[in-house]
Amino acid sequence: MSVVTNTTTIGAIEAPSRRNTELMLLAFAVAIPVFAYINVGLAMDGELPTGVLGYGLGLGLLAGVAHLVVRKFAKYADPLLLPLATLLNGLGLVLVWRLDQSPRLIARAETLFGAFSPDAPKQLLYSAIGIALFVAVLLILKDHRILQRYTYISMAVALLLLILPMFFPSVNGAKIWISLGPFSIQPGEFAKIIIAVFFSGYLMVKRDALALASRRFMGLYLPRGRDLGPILVVWAISILILVFETDLGTSLLFFGLFVIMLYVATERTSWIVFGLLMSAAGAVGVATFEPHVQSRVNAWLDPFACYSTDTSGACEQISNAIMSFGSGGTLGTGLGQGNSDLIGFAANADFILSTVGEELGLAGMMAFLLIYGLIVERGVRTALAARDPFGKLLAIGLSGAFAIQVFVVAGGVMGLIPLTGMTMPFVAAGGSSVIANWALIGILIRISDTARRPAPAPAPSPDAEMTQVVRP
Amino acid sequence: MNKPLRRIAIFCGLLVLALMVRTNWLQYVQAEDLNTNSKNKRIQIERYASERGNIIVDGKPITGSVDSNDEYFKYKRTYVNGPMWAPVTGYASQAYDANQIEKIEDGILTGNSDQLFFDRTMAMFTGDKKKGGNVVTTLNGAAQKAAYDGLGNKKGAVAAIDPKTGKILALASTPSYDPATFAGYSGKDEKAWLALERDKDKPKLNRALREVYPPGSTFKVVTAAAALEHGVVDDIDAATDTPEPFLLPTTRVPMVNHANGCKNASLNQALKVSCNSVFANLGDKVTRDKMVETAQKFGFNNPEIDIPVRAAASVYDKAMDRPQNSLSSIGQFNTATTPLQMAMVTAAIANDGKLMKPYMIDQLEAPNLDVIEKTEPQEMSRPLSQKNAQLLQQMMENVVENGTGGNAKIDDVTVGGKTGTAQHGENNSKNPYAWFISYAKAADGSTVAVAVVVEDSEAKRDDISGGGLAAPIAKDVMQAVLDSKK
Repeated sequence: MSVVTNTTTIGAIEAPSRRNTELMLLAFAVAIPVFAYINVGLAMDGELPTGVLGYGLGLGLLAGVAHLVVRKFAKYADPLLLPLATLLNGLGLVLVWRLDQSPRLIARAETLFGAFSPDAPKQLLYSAIGIALFVAVLLILKDHRILQRYTYISMAVALLLLILPMFFPSVNGAKIWISLGPFSIQPGEFAKIIIAVFFSGYLMVKRDALALASRRFMGLYLPRGRDLGPILVVWAISILILVFETDLGTSLLFFGLFVIMLYVATERTSWIVFGLLMSAAGAVGVATFEPHVQSRVNAWLDPFACYSTDTSGACEQISNAIMSFGSGGTLGTGLGQGNSDLIGFAANADFILSTVGEELGLAGMMAFLLIYGLIVERGVRTALAARDPFGKLLAIGLSGAFAIQVFVVAGGVMGLIPLTGMTMPFVAAGGSSVIANWALIGILIRISDTARRPAPAPAPSPDAEMTQVVRP
Repeated sequence: MNKPLRRIAIFCGLLVLALMVRTNWLQYVQAEDLNTNSKNKRIQIERYASERGNIIVDGKPITGSVDSNDEYFKYKRTYVNGPMWAPVTGYASQAYDANQIEKIEDGILTGNSDQLFFDRTMAMFTGDKKKGGNVVTTLNGAAQKAAYDGLGNKKGAVAAIDPKTGKILALASTPSYDPATFAGYSGKDEKAWLALERDKDKPKLNRALREVYPPGSTFKVVTAAAALEHGVVDDIDAATDTPEPFLLPTTRVPMVNHANGCKNASLNQALKVSCNSVFANLGDKVTRDKMVETAQKFGFNNPEIDIPVRAAASVYDKAMDRPQNSLSSIGQFNTATTPLQMAMVTAAIANDGKLMKPYMIDQLEAPNLDVIEKTEPQEMSRPLSQKNAQLLQQMMENVVENGTGGNAKIDDVTVGGKTGTAQHGENNSKNPYAWFISYAKAADGSTVAVAVVVEDSEAKRDDISGGGLAAPIAKDVMQAVLDSKK
């Protein structure tokens, strides 16, 4: 009689970790920007750019480190997120470097500020810091559920981050910066992640109360004040602060984030209706008393008509951006051969997508939008796969915020919606954006690792040995 | 929680889709509109981004490009003898766009034309720098110089044509301007441009092509052609039935003659001394519609005479009454013509009745000097038969030999001409225009037709001033053309 020690025939099926897929994709994500870098050099100076080796090695090294950390500490993570972010970051570096070479922007900086300092080296430094933060997230955050503990601390930190810029001078019409010596930080970018943590933690606890303990009013289910109160207050404060700081893009982002997470948590469509109504009211309200916003709405309505009457430069900027998309055409002028630098101010920040549009054309734009779309898709997939409600909420919050940010910036630059001024994640010059978005990707990777991690093998059943077949 | 998650996924997908639709809209559907938008600086930047091709006269460029070390517009246009050639070249300014050949042939000059696609592709492989192609004109440097110098500081214009081909040999207009003074976009350029804009004498106006003048007596050759063509006159030496004074038909207004001996004068005699009465009478006999027919065959009332720069339409009224037609037959009433048009009239007569389409671009060359397009001479119309053309030549030569056009005589060369002094302003209050149209035929067969108009004639209002002021200029131009062909 054979003794079967374990009759459980269904073991844990080892899910493929896909780390090698990630490595292969990363190789592409490094090679493509290196080729782009060479392309810019050849187009602008007719020779190989001197920094190509250092640049290629630097980007490769950063990607390699990130990959090794993921391989070791987040073995089952989604294989697409890291390569996509690396590709965007690498291409962003090339675009920033390309705009650094523009004689027009150099001359402009020299007349305005007396000196020109290239942004690409800074951007490379920020990318390194961003990947360091990414690594730190993976090392420190062994399980995303730990974040749940910090629900109310996140709330306090987020509000603090949002309030701080009010005490610093405004830059180009928006008070969204904290300057610390040579560094300036855009706290809104970090606040977006932290507030998503707060919303997730709070909603996870209160979602049943919000969804069920409600009164019916005019066909809609309204939750009780004590459930909705705190979240409404946090949201309102952040929106108000942002309105005072005239950072409309970020307030729109926060609003969208809030509505999405509330909807996912409660599964009540009425939230969408509320959200749309409130955002419409808010938008109209802000637009009526804020001249900064009015000029942008006018520029959006007809970027060519208000050219001569507009003094804020909003019109000229947006019409120049639209024209740069137009002159890119289907295939673009080629890297380094466009005139997107005519936009002048913020050409390498908010408006960097114009350079993509002009120099890489419709083909390049579609590729960029698809890359962003894929990141969002992987984020939503992570949310679907996550096993805990907190992880689900956090993943959808982060990827939803990412999607909204992309839409608001790209839509603004392309004249689809009024320009609100935010940075294109990973691509635009600016430290806060790159660093914060690397942290965002880090958290998503951590959640996806937990989600895809195979269930632990069931403990051996103690009954297995006991059960015996008794023959008569 | 998965149902709302899926909906959010769809929502995010819609956001990305909206961006994709928008970028397709901008970069595919609207691309052309945006690229040609007048606010799009790229048009100017592109125009001056690489060395611009040249406009060539007699094998030598009359334009040039200098590296201006500017971060917007790399190259700046320069001009050789700008004021003299401005009516031909037009201008190409970084701040004020371009016109005439500089604008019409912009594609060739910048090298962006589709016709240069092959050259551009080749240059891409060989690594050559992009360069524009050249525009080779039909103009004759010596003739242009004679015309420009002849006009001097007088206001006026000269157009000279090779009758056999329609090639434009000279196209001068004074006062002129130097396109180089506002080729850039600096404050200095702006000042120069504004000064030209405000100048009462309108130096930017291309008088040879774009200004219509009353033709005065020079129009009598058209009336003579109509009379011969429509059988009103068969024998140029036969007396015409013209009383003295001749009253305008249906009125009691006499047609004043400045010449003597116009009563029943023959066509030949009437043209020689420029009798108003005879031609007013002939125009009436030909009738308005037939006058219109002949005038239009010469190119009047045609708003699309493109050489390829478009000339203003010359006018012979199609709806006037009889006395007005009589007045028009001697170049009065509202008859108006460009100097180019009168040169075309003369050219048609000198070419035995065949009017060749005037043109001033001989060929377009790729940057490597390959010819990509060559203009072939083209017949435009036949305003009069060979026989009648030769009769008219006989009469016009008579004008130069024995009549009012004596100043245009050239030794050993057959010259025909007609003077004119056009009244100008209410009741002739302003100075009249002095006209001279002529052609010359050398023994070797080379020919040239010229029309000269001088605006500010100080002289008396008779035909002698056309002969006195304009004829010497015409003579110099003809002489220059014939000399250069030797």
